[in-house]
This record gives sequence, structure tokens and C-alpha cells, in this order.
Amino acid sequence: MIDLPDVATATFDPTQAFQLHPQVALRDEEFGALAYHYGNRRLVFLKSRKLVDLVRVLEAHPSALAAIEATVEAREFDRYEQALAGLVKSEVICGR
Amino acid sequence: MAVDSPTLRDRFKLGLQAPICLTWELTYACNLACIHCLSSSGRRDPNELSTDEAKALIDEMAALKIFYVNIGGGEPMVRSDFFELLDHAVARGVGVKFSTNGTRLDQEKAERLAKTDYVDVQISLDGADAATNDAIRGVGSYDAAIAAMEHLAAANFGQFKISVVMTRQNIPQLDEFQALADRFGAQLRLTRLRPSGRGADTWDALHPTAEQQRTLYNWLVGRPNVLTGDSFFHLSALGESLDGLNLCGAGRVVCLIDPVGDVYACPFVIHDDFLAGNVRDEGAFTTVWRDSDLFRSLREPSSAGACASCGSYDACQGGCMAAKFFTGIPLDGPDPECVYGHGETAMASVPVALRPGSTVDHSARVPVRLGLSASRS
Repeated sequence: MIDLPDVATATFDPTQAFQLHPQVALRDEEFGALAYHYGNRRLVFLKSRKLVDLVRVLEAHPSALAAIEATVEAREFDRYEQALAGLVKSEVICGR
Repeated sequence: MAVDSPTLRDRFKLGLQAPICLTWELTYACNLACIHCLSSSGRRDPNELSTDEAKALIDEMAALKIFYVNIGGGEPMVRSDFFELLDHAVARGVGVKFSTNGTRLDQEKAERLAKTDYVDVQISLDGADAATNDAIRGVGSYDAAIAAMEHLAAANFGQFKISVVMTRQNIPQLDEFQALADRFGAQLRLTRLRPSGRGADTWDALHPTAEQQRTLYNWLVGRPNVLTGDSFFHLSALGESLDGLNLCGAGRVVCLIDPVGDVYACPFVIHDDFLAGNVRDEGAFTTVWRDSDLFRSLREPSSAGACASCGSYDACQGGCMAAKFFTGIPLDGPDPECVYGHGETAMASVPVALRPGSTVDHSARVPVRLGLSASRS
């Protein structure tokens, strides 16, 4: 019924441009957000508010890396890059 | 994948802006009279939500970003506006997963469902053969369910679900259920029998033995593709956690809206003690979900009670609230099917006559006849 993003895969290239998957809807919650994919019907939990902000601004930046740099502090870059990689795999975000 | 983050599970205990798993029983009317029916369905309630009220409720779900609703009953397909409501929901981004006994799912309806995006169908079946199934769901119900599956397959509906309530009688048939699902390219969904509704009267005879629970757990562990609706988390005390949130979601991430708009903490506690409000009240469903006294209290930190000294409490979380309530066990006591047998001890101290009975009953007053020509003896 409910799934979490799997671990990061090698296919995520943070220098590319990404966006929220067009078939995904977000519902804000205090802990972060629920992301629901209308295509694969999977529910994914975004487990921090900052990750939700990052996902929302992806489409305004030329690359995932640029979005990360604009949203989180330098010491957190790796963590959020990994989180985005997981969200690519679970199809919450996709290339554009 | 199991939720392995205790922080997230702890967050869920405090409640969410809207439920993750919302069940909506569309009608108490049913053309079957299953002996374990959790909603004691049979007769239509004259106060049932009208088509307009139902549509307004769907609009509210869409506004709350409730991405899908689990529709049941009674038999939802007996409502004459069933497809009207289905289309209304899907058009607003509220996906529909509905459970049906299959008796009304003819070829024409199957074709219509196949053309509708974003609808999941669960055919209820409680035995892998007619004898086992019909003893619980009524003569002819096995054939009707299989016919519905054949209609869906012929209509190229895609993957539907076969939904089985696990009982003492059908746990030996796990592999046969899987074979049946494979035959139709369907997904198997196994859920737990609760002593709710008419199930209160039959639970003692139907619920699995301790040995069968172990069999079921071991069978499930190797099959992550079998859905369980998160209903066997009390078995997580046996070892690794099963898929799902592994907590009682009542009033936290789960609730039930019944056919007359009453909002209960979960589908298995249709009882005055767990009634939070009504969608016809001022503020509608949103206010009931966010502000009702009952739901607020269910989101308070709860104590492990009698289970505090048990090393498995973190795994099973004390089990199912509904199962405890209807077997007369205190809510901070052990689950009646606690894998260590603590539930049986707790139940032994409560005479069956003192178990809380149902407060809502729509059972048919006369025996139900299926009226199907192809019935098996």
C-alpha cells in the first residue's frame, strides 16, 4: 500500500534538469509531504520540509545541482543529492 | 517496503492533515449476508447520503488531496448512482479502489470499468473453492465472484485484486488462492478477520489458530507482492516487520465514513464509542478529521499498558484496537491474537456475554437469496 523511495541509483545525473513528475501530486504535511503518483499509484513520503521545497523549485533551475545549491546548506548537498536520486527511482521527479 | 524510520511512524501517530487511507462504505444494502461482515450490512439505511451529498463529499476529498478512496459497503454496486459517483471522483483526481462481491459485475460493467482510468477493483472471495467460500459468503457467491473475474479478464481490465479475509478454514488454501490470482493475472490481497459487525458472532469459530498465524506470517514474508492492507502488523512480533506502516492508524492515518455520513476511527469499529462526527455536521468531514475530540484523543501518546514489559511491543504496537475492543480486552491490553498468547489470557478474564456488542446493525431480517441460476450444492 505504501512505499518509500528506494536507495539512490547510479542513473541520477545531478547536472541535468529535473521537475516534479507530471503525474505526481504533493500534499503538504508537517513532517514534509505525501507524494502520490497517479500512474504507478504509489505513495511516497518526503521526509523533510526542505526536501519538499527542493522538489518544488527543481523546474526553476537549469540542473538539480543548481536547485540544491539554492535550497540547502553546503554540508547537506550530498544528503539531498541522494534523496533526489531516490525520488528519480520512485518516479516522483523526472528529467525535463 | 516497510517504514523503517521510527520518526516517521511517530509523526503518523500524531495525525495528518487528511487521512492516507480513507474508507467510505457507500451503502449498507447488500445482496449477500456474509457471516463475518464487519459492517453488519444487508438493509439500505433510509438516511443514506444522497447523490448530491456524496458528490460534495468527493469534492471535499479532492480539496484535501485525498488521492484515492477505498469504497466498500454493503455492496457498493447496488447503488444506482455507483458509476456516476465513480466518474465524479476520478474526474477530480480522487482514485477509487472498490470492493465488490462481484454479483453485479456483468460483462457490460466490466467493459465500463476497463474504460475508466484510475479505478481498482477488489473482488471479495473467502475460499479457494465453492464449499469453503460459500460457507461464509452464501450459496452461489463463489461462482458469482469467479464470473466477475472472468468478465474483467474478457474486458481486458488489467490487474484487479482478489481480496481474501483470512480464516481458520481458508489459511490451508494460501497456495490455491495464489494460483487463482495467477490464473487471472490478478494481485492477491489478504486481510485480517476482525471480531467486528457480524464478525463478533463468528470470530471465535473463524479466526486462525496460533499455528496458522505463524504459517500465514511465514508465507507472507516471502511474498512482498501480496497486499495486506497493513492488517497483520500484530504478526510482526514473530520476526521481521511485514510491509506497511505497522501501526494502528485509527484516527491517525485511517478512518471510515459510513453510508449515512458517520465518521468512525477505522472500518472495523462501527460502534458509538468510536464515532467522531458526521460529514453533514458544520465544517463537514474536514472538521471531524482535524478537530473531533475522539480523533484528537487517538493522536495523544498512548501507553504500552499491559504490553510495556514485552520486548516485542515496538514491533506489534499492541496490535489492533478494534480486535481488542470487540473481544472485551482493554485498549492498552494485548491483541486477542497476540503471538505470545497474552491475548488469550486477557480474553479468558472477560465472559463472552460482557463483550461490547454492535451498536449499528443493518443485517437483513430475512434470509438473503442470491437469485443466481448457477449455484453449486
